[in-house]
Amino acid sequence: MNVTLQNLTKTFPGRGKQKNNDVIAVNDFTFEIPDGKLVGLLGPSGCGKSTMLNLLSGLLTPTAGKIFFGEEEVTNQPPQNRGVGLVFQNYALYPHLTVMQNITFPLENLKGKDKLTKAQMREKALEAARLVQIDQLMDRKPSELSGGQQQRVAIARALVKMPRILLLDEPLSNLDARLRLQTREEIRRIQTQTGITTVFVTHDQEEAMSICDMIVVMRDGILQQIGQPQQVYDDPENLFVAKFLGTPPINTFDARVEAGKLYIGEEAVLELPDAETGPVIAAIRPEGFVPSPLGSFTCQLQRIEVMGRDTSVVCSHPAFTGETFRAIIDSDEICQISAEARFSLKENKVYLFRPDTGDRIRF
Amino acid sequence: MEPKSLQKRDILRKTLTYGFLTVWGIFVLFPFYWMVLTSVKSYGSYNAEYIPQLYTLHPTLQNYLDAFSAVPLLDYFVNTVIFTLATTALMLMVTVLAAFGFSRLQFKGRDLAFTAFLALMMIPTELVVITNFVTITNMDLRNTFAGLVLPSVTSVFYIYLLRENFSQIPNELYYAAKVDGTSDLKYLFKVMIPICRPTIVTVTILKVIECWNSYIWPRLITDDQAYFLVSNGIQEIRENGFGRENIPAMMAAVVVISVPLIVLFLCFRKRIMAGVSRGGVKG
Amino acid sequence: MEQNNRKGWLYLLPAMVFLGVFMVYPLIDVLVYSFEEGYNFASQTYYGTGTYNYAYVLRDPYFLQALKNTFILVAITVPLSTGIALLISVALSSIKKLRELYQTVFFLPYVTNTLAVGLVFMILFKQTPYTDGLANLILGWFGISPIDFIDGPYWAKMFVLCFYTIWVVMPFKVLILTSALASVKQDYYNAAMVDGTPRFRMFTRITLPMISPTLFYLIITGFIGAFKAYSDAVALFGTNLNAAEMNTIVGYIYDMLYGNSGGYPSYAAAAAIILFAIVLTITCINLLVSKKHVHYA
Repeated sequence: MNVTLQNLTKTFPGRGKQKNNDVIAVNDFTFEIPDGKLVGLLGPSGCGKSTMLNLLSGLLTPTAGKIFFGEEEVTNQPPQNRGVGLVFQNYALYPHLTVMQNITFPLENLKGKDKLTKAQMREKALEAARLVQIDQLMDRKPSELSGGQQQRVAIARALVKMPRILLLDEPLSNLDARLRLQTREEIRRIQTQTGITTVFVTHDQEEAMSICDMIVVMRDGILQQIGQPQQVYDDPENLFVAKFLGTPPINTFDARVEAGKLYIGEEAVLELPDAETGPVIAAIRPEGFVPSPLGSFTCQLQRIEVMGRDTSVVCSHPAFTGETFRAIIDSDEICQISAEARFSLKENKVYLFRPDTGDRIRF
Repeated sequence: MEPKSLQKRDILRKTLTYGFLTVWGIFVLFPFYWMVLTSVKSYGSYNAEYIPQLYTLHPTLQNYLDAFSAVPLLDYFVNTVIFTLATTALMLMVTVLAAFGFSRLQFKGRDLAFTAFLALMMIPTELVVITNFVTITNMDLRNTFAGLVLPSVTSVFYIYLLRENFSQIPNELYYAAKVDGTSDLKYLFKVMIPICRPTIVTVTILKVIECWNSYIWPRLITDDQAYFLVSNGIQEIRENGFGRENIPAMMAAVVVISVPLIVLFLCFRKRIMAGVSRGGVKG
Repeated sequence: MEQNNRKGWLYLLPAMVFLGVFMVYPLIDVLVYSFEEGYNFASQTYYGTGTYNYAYVLRDPYFLQALKNTFILVAITVPLSTGIALLISVALSSIKKLRELYQTVFFLPYVTNTLAVGLVFMILFKQTPYTDGLANLILGWFGISPIDFIDGPYWAKMFVLCFYTIWVVMPFKVLILTSALASVKQDYYNAAMVDGTPRFRMFTRITLPMISPTLFYLIITGFIGAFKAYSDAVALFGTNLNAAEMNTIVGYIYDMLYGNSGGYPSYAAAAAIILFAIVLTITCINLLVSKKHVHYA
């Protein structure tokens, strides 16, 4: 089922001091989620991604705009008529019901011709449980399960009524690091196996990049960029997207373009024949630095952090916007570094942005 | 100080503490002992004791037979059970619905209404009982169960207690149920009430105790013995029952009406004490 | 998440109807009653408005007697019961073995019928031609001649009333204080122990300040409860409290409303409002005093 949003907007009435200013949580969203894809809604907390999810689930109705599931408009339909499965951040399992009862709970609400017998419900519940591999735990209460197991129950409960769309709200944020890695692969597996169009919300860009077919980056209710993870990473539309994606984060320098050259400090680091003259923000991915004795970019080495395969070189530079920045280099190249570290830059890892608006300057 | 004398002081303090607590325990229990003891003494032997005896060698159950035959104790008992059950059931319905409205639903004026409800907690019953007496009298409900039950149906305090408990249930549970197409009422009965069962049981027990012991309102509203509750019954027995003062029979009646609550208390000891310490006030 | 106006009010409706009819309306009505002079119950007419009802009540010797009784009762039972409850709770908190048993026993009076157990107290204290009663027997051991506590001198009756009242209110206070004491963190005691603080000082400098809000709560509710005393007196002295000189303010209200001397809702209303004013004043004074002495964490 593909999902289409048309000029979707949601505002909340302001509270307290901002009583007269409505808060725009989702501002004029238009995009399409193709059928059977796993889509990540990505952004810092408070960017409106949860509101977006609630609009899709029907828990909220939009202020303006339309939502289509396939050809059918569902904008004003209540949640139960939309055929969505929703997994909550804290799982929202019913504490007084067993795993089996939790999973069959949604089926008990079916009416009319969809009504199921007890045996059918059990069969469906078991099927969903098998899919997430918790069919051994059916008689336990949620309090007797680990965080990862609770997560699986929550997914099984969302899947049991064969939703058209599966929605996951920060599904990994309550798990520890190791489990998080395992679970995100699990989510990918379940999604591929069922082929259900899935939208999940996260503030962790690594999580989104690793398993999504497509990511939607949001900030303050405004859509920043949509695309395949690698494409968005390689070609950010603005400074915010560039900064938001990637670990360690991208390094930004106060720089200027003069006579077809990019200057950071007093050094001309890149030849940019077509770029307009003027001040810019130069953003360089950590992997964009190549150590070379003849490199055009000079900075002060602070320390070296060895991480096995890679090495992270921590340096300072007067034009850098923070204290120190990081370059990631191959461990083999470490001998090239001295107290005054010199780098040459990979042109495709350097992005220029307008200092006032943060928009990308193409060159 | 020498360790030995420290130890001695410690033992002395312990002995004094236990001694003090035991004395108070006897002080609390003695009236209960006395009422049971007196209730099994025969009328003759009780009145023959110029100096009260602390035990009896010839216990009898005759007084219990008298208590049920000479005065309509059984009727009082049945009335109280009906009154307690009806009041508690209605109270639960009204308070659970209101607490649900306050905790789960969003609507205009909700918080204002809740504040107004809380303000009502400060109103003493003595102030409103006068008008209620007139209201019930004018509605011709004196000497009826309706007249007994209706004014004690709502308790602002219990609404408050339940709302607090309901509010602790994460919102996500409600949204999860909404996505699955669960109606508000079904959510209340299948999710909220089961989760909050301990509090609901506590509220129920506290209300049962309150009903069982209520005296003032029933006294105002009933003068027909057929509608007397146990408290009024016991007062009636004291003033007019058993012909001449038959104290052993009177004590038998006292035992009979005290036992149900004591049994209830011993069964739900922890819950009752926890409930009361959360703000129950006697009366 | 979305607003749900009509449904929300629907859930509140039953509670609002009951509270409206039996609480809000009566509240306004009782004020009206108290200013309506010569209200006749049967014909529901009155012949004037004014403060006559208040003046009448304040001059009524029965009311003055009830007022005096209530004040004596409050003055004796509130400090005494709170003090004893504190002693018991501290003793309870200091032991481990048998603690639950003691707690259960101490709480028992809370669940008993005041009227019923009052009868037991009556026979314990009553002097009849056949027996002096158990209380007098014990007094006799100390060489005190028998007294009729139920139909005898005023001070004796007041003594029994206070005695029984304390027995009745104690469970609540002990329970509340015990849980307050339990909630004081052991860390504070450990810290004090390390500093070599003597036990008594620990109690006055740590325990008391920490539980002072609870103590204060008990004093306020104790005042309010004692001002509303009634059932205890009925249990001991019967329904004709005026004759026994043992009436309380609440008893006076009910007697005015109904019973042998009843049928005067206006007087009852005036007395109820006077009671409310007294309780409110005392509570306010309490609050003011507490601001100085209560330590809120």
